[in-house]
Amino acid sequence: MGFAYICCMADASLLLRRAGFGPTASELAAAKKAGYEATVAALTAPTAPDVGALKAPLPGLGPDPFAGLSNPTPSQRSKGDEKRREQTKRITQWWLDRLTVADHQTREKLWFFWHGHWATSVRKVIRPQLMLVQHRTLRSSLDFATMAHRMVTDPALIYWLDGQLNTRTAPNENLGRELMELFMLGIGRYTERDVKEAGRALTGWKIDYDSGRAYFSPASHDGGRKSILGVTKNFDAHSLVDLLLAHEACPGFIAERLWFRYASSTELIPMSTRDNMVRAFPDTMAMLRRLFEDDAFRASAGGLVKQPTEWFVGAMRQLGLRPGRLSDEVLTYALNALERMGQLPFAPPSVEGWAAGAEWLTVGAAQVRLNLAGRIAQLVPAQRLTPEDVAHVLAVETWTNRTYSALKGTTDPQRLLTLGLASPEYLVT
Amino acid sequence: MDALTRRRFLLASGVVGGGAIAAGVGGLGLAELLRTASDASASEDHRKARKLVIVTLYGGNDGLNTVVPYADPAYHAARPELAYEPDRVLRIDDSLGLNPVMKGLSRLWSAQRLAVVLGAGYPRPDRSHFRSMDIWQTASPSDPATSGWIGRWLDGIKATPEAAVSFEPMLPPLLVGETRTGACVSIGGLKLPAGVTTDMIGVLGRREPNESGMQARAADAYANLIKIDQLIRDAEAVDARADVPAEPDIAATGTGGANLLSEQLSRVAHCVEAGVPTRVYSVSLGGFDTHAAERPGHELLLRQLDQALTSFAGRLAQTEAGQRVSVVVYSEFGRRVRANASDGTDHGTAGPVFVLGPQVAGGLYGEQPSLTDLDDGDLKATTDFRDVFGTLLASVLDADPARYLGGYEPKMLPLLPRD
Repeated sequence: MGFAYICCMADASLLLRRAGFGPTASELAAAKKAGYEATVAALTAPTAPDVGALKAPLPGLGPDPFAGLSNPTPSQRSKGDEKRREQTKRITQWWLDRLTVADHQTREKLWFFWHGHWATSVRKVIRPQLMLVQHRTLRSSLDFATMAHRMVTDPALIYWLDGQLNTRTAPNENLGRELMELFMLGIGRYTERDVKEAGRALTGWKIDYDSGRAYFSPASHDGGRKSILGVTKNFDAHSLVDLLLAHEACPGFIAERLWFRYASSTELIPMSTRDNMVRAFPDTMAMLRRLFEDDAFRASAGGLVKQPTEWFVGAMRQLGLRPGRLSDEVLTYALNALERMGQLPFAPPSVEGWAAGAEWLTVGAAQVRLNLAGRIAQLVPAQRLTPEDVAHVLAVETWTNRTYSALKGTTDPQRLLTLGLASPEYLVT
Repeated sequence: MDALTRRRFLLASGVVGGGAIAAGVGGLGLAELLRTASDASASEDHRKARKLVIVTLYGGNDGLNTVVPYADPAYHAARPELAYEPDRVLRIDDSLGLNPVMKGLSRLWSAQRLAVVLGAGYPRPDRSHFRSMDIWQTASPSDPATSGWIGRWLDGIKATPEAAVSFEPMLPPLLVGETRTGACVSIGGLKLPAGVTTDMIGVLGRREPNESGMQARAADAYANLIKIDQLIRDAEAVDARADVPAEPDIAATGTGGANLLSEQLSRVAHCVEAGVPTRVYSVSLGGFDTHAAERPGHELLLRQLDQALTSFAGRLAQTEAGQRVSVVVYSEFGRRVRANASDGTDHGTAGPVFVLGPQVAGGLYGEQPSLTDLDDGDLKATTDFRDVFGTLLASVLDADPARYLGGYEPKMLPLLPRD
């Protein structure tokens, strides 16, 4: 039992924590037994169907409560607003539940990553139906090229970035700018003129709110010639996306974004790692696999802070709880806490997406996290626990001396769990 | 660019905003703040510096039912259920009167310490709460800006963290600059899960030898949480001893909680009296989005506002340091002239701005917008709000207004004549 064995034990748990939402003790044991390479293969290309996910099928919401109401009365308006809030809560609960019960953790995590990438918030979009349409789009896009084409005409993204107001006579560059800056190329890889011209290419897309679909209105589209990134032609939304996909910066930008969320939010991606990932573009799961197999990934241990949703879902999984079965009171508490920690699913704070790294580690977040940990611990009917039991359940390799002495300060199982969930070693992977 | 875009360090995100609740980025404990006043001669200088208190009313305050054009038949015709009868308003001249519940402000008016700037707004008004509040706080009506007008001033004077302080739960965009931000100072103590002690959290907050930098920072957050809790308790012990005038009784409200505005302003007064170097304070009151059954809710809010401002003004008048403080009160927009079908009002445009304080030259400024010459059912602004903020930048903060208003050259209002 030499150094290599210990190293690979650590590697398997790093891999599971990064690739999914927090491994259960049995998942971790199975991964250690199978070995690193086999686990990477199983995570990124699962062969068995996702039986766990069947417990949380995508919900149907029915039509938007305002559908068909061209001029709602005040009472219809307040009932409709209330209904939308309730529907938003329902899909958020569903998603957290799905993340918890799904066996294909790596796929679920990658879809969650894409939500943070396209970073559309129900707070502006208002209509949970449109958020769900976008969610299905992200799930059903097999590679980045397909996803980019489908997202550029996604009604929620259009609304989020004012695309429906972008017309031939009144161009709005919001979507065009973010498409280049945040979604496909990265800042500084285009000019302001490119942004304006891209905005013109995207004109003409409108939203049919009742059906939840975007449609093209030729009368609002600017059909003229545009010069974008050195190419001049009659660009429209899809030929613009093709141009950006073919741009040399695009694959590397996507590799950088994956590295940022899966390896390090503080260190830059090594050139060789990026080149290696770029060779798998636009298959982003294959890019992820190359990242997991890279030495730089293994060397990144200890540098990534769990996102609040990862932390919460991981705790649910490890403690055998389900967001879908929480009482309304606990659910409401948890959603508020996630929002105050800065990561309520379907409601990213800005189009730049979620925070990262030390931004999750503020004093205010620490207080919210402690109290949410306390609420979660109350749901666990444990009678007796030792610090070692807590480490096992939470898939923590070993407690630091600090946390061990904090845990030694109490024998109450709920307090032990609270402190374990709040511990620095549980927060950082 | 979406107005949200460049401000991820702000607003809805609890990350920095929420972090700042208890002193995260740009955060500061009240005791730490008070400690900045510990040097006696320096705090004497700080007491002499002019200070600005910015009161933000979130939700869109109904200006027409705050400063009521009671003599205008069009007012009564447009909102028969909501309009105040001429004999009920607290008259300030033969056409305008304050809402009947604003008795304290009416007294300030009589003492000529309340200035009312009429019809404040900006060109091409936006009726989104979010966007319009953004416009007021960034003072940039035409293009989304990445910094608040006070934030830019902080940048400009290379301010220290305590130069601008917010007692709100989250740091408002107003106080965010490109290189500097104001500090969020927490009110209220530490809450921990049952049975979890500050000692346990203190232990979690210890750094370990050989742990990663990020893990050490996770530990630091707990250590700081305990430290700040202690600082706040120290400050509150000071508060309890201080000879602080009693708070006025606040009518019981159906909205729950204390009158937070009065609590925030009492903290401001405490800091001013202690001689802290803060030049700008930001406080707020929410709930003005009165789309339905407006009158009772609006009166409740105006009463809170009136009592909080009046007691604050009274306290300022008692000290030399307080004499140097001016207060400005604004909201992101007024409301539609015509009431809606549910006895409320929808999002409108221009509204009155209040400026008050011991140095303020009371009176009416600008012109009351016409109730008949409307812009699609809404008032036409008669004063650019940047004229008010520009005047305050120059008169209170001794700054060049155009530098911090994106090049806008404000028309100076004689709100604060120099002695």
